Amino acid sequence: MSGTVKKDPIDWNAALKEMLSGGITRTILSVILGFAVGAFFMIVSNKEFLQSIGFFFADPLASLRAASDVVGAGYGALIKGSVYNSAAASLEGSIRPLTETLRLAGPLIAAGLGIGLGFRVGLFNIGGTGQLVSGLIWATFVATRLELPPVIHFVVAIIAAIVGSTLVGAFVGFLKARTGANEVITTIMLNYIIVSFFNFLLLDNNLLQGATAGGHTKSDPAFDTARLPGLLGDSFALNLGFALSLIAVVIYWWLMERSTIGFRLRAVGFNASAAKTAGINVEGTYVLALGLSAAFVGIAAANQALSSTGGVTPTTHAGIGFDAITVALLGGSSASGVLLAGLLFGAFKAGSSAIQIEGISPDVLGIVQGAIVLFIAAPPLIRAIFRLPPPQTTSMLSALRSKLFGRGGK
Amino acid sequence: MKLELKGITKKFGALVANDSIDLVVESGEIHSLLGENGAGKSTLMNVLYGLYKADQGQILLDDKPVDFSGPGDAMAAGIGMVHQHFMLIPVFTVAENVALGHEPTNKLGVLDLEAARALVRKISDRFGFDVDPDALVEDLPVGVQQRVEIIKSLARDAKVLVLDEPTAVLTPQETDELMEIMRGLAKSGTSIVFITHKLREVKAVADKITVIRQGRVVGQAKPSAETKELASMMVGRDVGLTVEKKLADPGKVVLKVDNLSVLDDRDQRAVNNVSFDVRAGEILAIAGVQGNGQTELAEAILGLRALHSDTGDISISGTSVRGKSVRTILEKGVGYVPEDRQKNGLISEFSIAENLMLNGSFTKPFSNGLGIAFATRNRLAEERVKEFDVRATSAQTPAGKLSGGNQQKVVLARELSREVELLVVSQPTRGVDVGSVEFIHKRLVDERNSGKAVLLISTELDEVLALADRIAVMYRGQIVGIVDAKTDRAKLGQMMAGVTV
Repeated sequence: MSGTVKKDPIDWNAALKEMLSGGITRTILSVILGFAVGAFFMIVSNKEFLQSIGFFFADPLASLRAASDVVGAGYGALIKGSVYNSAAASLEGSIRPLTETLRLAGPLIAAGLGIGLGFRVGLFNIGGTGQLVSGLIWATFVATRLELPPVIHFVVAIIAAIVGSTLVGAFVGFLKARTGANEVITTIMLNYIIVSFFNFLLLDNNLLQGATAGGHTKSDPAFDTARLPGLLGDSFALNLGFALSLIAVVIYWWLMERSTIGFRLRAVGFNASAAKTAGINVEGTYVLALGLSAAFVGIAAANQALSSTGGVTPTTHAGIGFDAITVALLGGSSASGVLLAGLLFGAFKAGSSAIQIEGISPDVLGIVQGAIVLFIAAPPLIRAIFRLPPPQTTSMLSALRSKLFGRGGK
Repeated sequence: MKLELKGITKKFGALVANDSIDLVVESGEIHSLLGENGAGKSTLMNVLYGLYKADQGQILLDDKPVDFSGPGDAMAAGIGMVHQHFMLIPVFTVAENVALGHEPTNKLGVLDLEAARALVRKISDRFGFDVDPDALVEDLPVGVQQRVEIIKSLARDAKVLVLDEPTAVLTPQETDELMEIMRGLAKSGTSIVFITHKLREVKAVADKITVIRQGRVVGQAKPSAETKELASMMVGRDVGLTVEKKLADPGKVVLKVDNLSVLDDRDQRAVNNVSFDVRAGEILAIAGVQGNGQTELAEAILGLRALHSDTGDISISGTSVRGKSVRTILEKGVGYVPEDRQKNGLISEFSIAENLMLNGSFTKPFSNGLGIAFATRNRLAEERVKEFDVRATSAQTPAGKLSGGNQQKVVLARELSREVELLVVSQPTRGVDVGSVEFIHKRLVDERNSGKAVLLISTELDEVLALADRIAVMYRGQIVGIVDAKTDRAKLGQMMAGVTV
């Protein structure tokens, strides 16, 4: 019954399957789907569309027109607000949205690299917020309480931010290595502790509270010497923070892909037991990995603490510690992936006010953001929607899923 | 019951695991399914058991076509399966395990354990199993646990019994007893499918032999066939089953183990006061049935497992390695082939090249300071893939995509390419195809000839007898005795069961 099968020299079918089962295609499809979900919410919350529904059967085109108008306006505004503003009078005005995207993407990229590094080692660092706030504390102290010469001041402040964050991460790693404490639990708890401690520091003017803060939780503004210098002159807010994030991307790439330390980190991430057998100190690697993870978060902390002209407040962390998780997931924890994902989410942040001007709730962008990562995290869903073949290799995500949700059967 | 498989084809993507396989097992016949790991035996049996759906083909029981959508259907139709890994609940009694899933109840719906006990006793007496229905499964030796599995199947009126590699966990004596049981069952009309890759057992017990290679039936054979002939059918080419080796010329003591005690994961003494030494240029084999402390012994030597405080010492080339880190011990010149290569020997997501530097990332030639020396690494990987005959498209292929034999060659390539004095090799040919077994054995003998001390841990007596210069038999964490390699099989079998000879 089974004859000999003629073999094509190149198995196009297999080649196509492999491409489709790869992460890049799935990621792009997830982004497209995420935007589709966002469009859905824009449409159903649009007044013209809801009115047109009443006489849908009489004039179906009116509904379609209303729907396409609102989606066009919404995503048009997003592009205008985050990439290029064609309506601006000057060149400065038209490229300002892009510089804003870069500015806002900077800390997301840096922190995303940090969380991604954890993922690569099989660790789920949810403590981005706590680590970032710890970095803020240290940087704010240097920036508002120490007087140092120009350049040296902000350099010391950056280092302080990184050290402040790293210590928290390394502490989590130490707890895990010594006592086996799960990093998910300890990082969440440290988030509470550190954020509250920060509030405490900001309420006492002997500590970090500013002289003019009154009863508010606010620090003094950073000394001018401690502020990150602008990259494009005074008319743009884009500053050295973004450059630091780009440098971080390069360091991350080298560390993870080219260095022997990264090799060991990845080995522990994939198979800790084989790594241990190969003489790699697995416990030490956890401490190192969580320390390094937090160090990248520390770059985001420096950016947040040293960019504002006003003082630092409890909201200065801007939720970056959590957004970084989505950035790392979307970027597949690779250097280039995190860079692109950070830019995308930076664009969302930059474009949110423009979208609001169009009368659309900027929360739609939050929905898009969440939906994208939801689709990324649920590859079977994407495969079902687009009828893709099952994956050929196990991904970092599936390893993570099995770690988080126990030994799910195949 | 007569079982017939007709033209069974099962594909997984591009891989054809079963390619129109025909198999007829007559009533009361012991039919051996012989094939290497990955030949498709287990897939075929999973199709039979309703775990997989065949893409093509038919299953007939007593000439009537059947269609199973799950193991429940297969059991109901009279098919019983004893898996390599037992599906028993250790803290339940034998009767409870047998009742599980088919619990007999009285009129009030309350579990009727007495009925289950009676059933166990009935079956046990009928076939001479000698199993106490009230014993806790965890207290029973492995051989008896296996009989409990068989009782489970028989209690569900299995007319066709599939035994998947049943002897892997048994002592030679237990194996003989199992064969007796198989003969008894066959005489009473039960058809038995005996899956194995051990030629000696096939010849001893089978009525008929079907050989499977790469998903196809490559031939039938009678048990009277020559071992060599069966082996070459299995592999598809001539294989040498014996290893040529000259007399050992032992030199200085390399590994000295003095009063070693080790706890297992449950804090039980897995290794108890064990002492031995291994000299340069000799192979000392640790023989014994799986689970008698061999795993823990190897891990303790490598520093992977803490030594019990009673321990005298472990020294390598005269220096104590007590309490030293794994890395230190590896760097002292120890090569290690772990028993479970998937779990401990390799990282399946890593390429062959990356796996070859797994324990070499700290030093030259793989590291140049902080960075990986990519050019050197890839060049060495290409060389080693060639030298160790690893069948892969390139050295950048992920290790997880290789067959068991090729994965093992990667581990060996890594360990044998390092500068070592001592090789600790655990189950080097487990799950490895016969063709690769020959190669691996030859390489180990070469290492010994070049003056390295080799500690071989194996549960396969054939392997021990083929390679060892001296044999230490381990039983319940202790060394029963260290004997000459010429000791006969029966005596070793007794020692493996704990009898001091």
